[in-house]
Amino acid sequence: MIFLELFLTFFKIGLFTFGGGYAMLPLIQSEVQLKGWMSQSELVDFIAVSESTPGPFAINIATYVGSQTGGILGSVCATLGVVMPSFIVILIVARCYEKFKESRVVNGVLSGLRPAAIGLIGSAVLTAAATVFIPAEPAPFLEVITSYDFLCGAVIFAICLPLILNKKKKIHPILVIALAAALGIISGYAPLLFA
Amino acid sequence: MKEKMRRALILFATFFKIGAFTFGGGYAMIPLIQKEVVENKKWISDSDILDIIAIAESTPGPIAINSATFVGYKVAGVFGSFCATLGVVLPSFVVISIISVVLREFSSLAAVQFAFRGIRAGVLALILKALISMYKQCPKGAVSYVLMALAFVFAAFTEINVIFVLIGCAVFGLITSLTAARRAEK
Repeated sequence: MIFLELFLTFFKIGLFTFGGGYAMLPLIQSEVQLKGWMSQSELVDFIAVSESTPGPFAINIATYVGSQTGGILGSVCATLGVVMPSFIVILIVARCYEKFKESRVVNGVLSGLRPAAIGLIGSAVLTAAATVFIPAEPAPFLEVITSYDFLCGAVIFAICLPLILNKKKKIHPILVIALAAALGIISGYAPLLFA
Repeated sequence: MKEKMRRALILFATFFKIGAFTFGGGYAMIPLIQKEVVENKKWISDSDILDIIAIAESTPGPIAINSATFVGYKVAGVFGSFCATLGVVLPSFVVISIISVVLREFSSLAAVQFAFRGIRAGVLALILKALISMYKQCPKGAVSYVLMALAFVFAAFTEINVIFVLIGCAVFGLITSLTAARRAEK
């Protein structure tokens, strides 16, 4: 039953997402990629889509995976699943949040989860790097790092990174994504011009 | 009762607006929520909203959903939290439903594939930035470094489900902080 499976999978993802955002990527890989609902590069591509559309990443990806695997009803089930744990937990915590804030157990658990989230984002960096630099078909190392695709990826990354890390002038991520897309199109068609 | 219904409707509209106009996820929503709920609508006091955000960050689930549910509950009870959450989810849901159809239609075009090849390099830079800023915010210490390293290695290089890694880190953090507190009391 695909709808129940979508609901339960995203319920699990919602329940184990802390702080949100990219820390949930390895979780999505564990749960969604292994089920074959989404490939690694599709996941990285979707990050760009989610950054360029309104709304939180968790909702966006639930809706997307749901609709790709089960149509409209699938996206309803997945989205409901990812929202439900938040909804239940907050309704409980809202009644006694003074206690929650000062609870030693809660603070202890968080002192373990905060660094864990950083480790998970580190792993997400590797995943994204793999989709940029490692070709789909295995090839010798030297051949890979001297290939045209590898060089284009490295150049586009080297252009985007300082723009994103720039503190003086905040550049919106959407603009960087648009620039990366334009550079991707140019570098993709360039060899055809000279062929 | 009527007043509650009216408030719930305004909650829905307010969070729909917040959901529709924030790009880039939960953290981007926080200033907008503060502005709407504290300054414009005056539903919640300045210090309460800070508590709400702190709790939204430390409970499971996306921050946007957590804070919508919490604010909704404070303003108009359970029905209020339902309306606020529905409001914040709906814009994403509609936009992505449309986009997923469009992506399916156009993803085989060469230009689109080239664009995404470039985009992946840009996304790599975005995630790297998230890593750097999260690292800066995290309290440092021996236990933290060990947990960061363990979570990274297990998530990146093993097939172990990330859920177990998270549970392990939570238990480890709980034990070390409780023993540290006990030692401090002695």
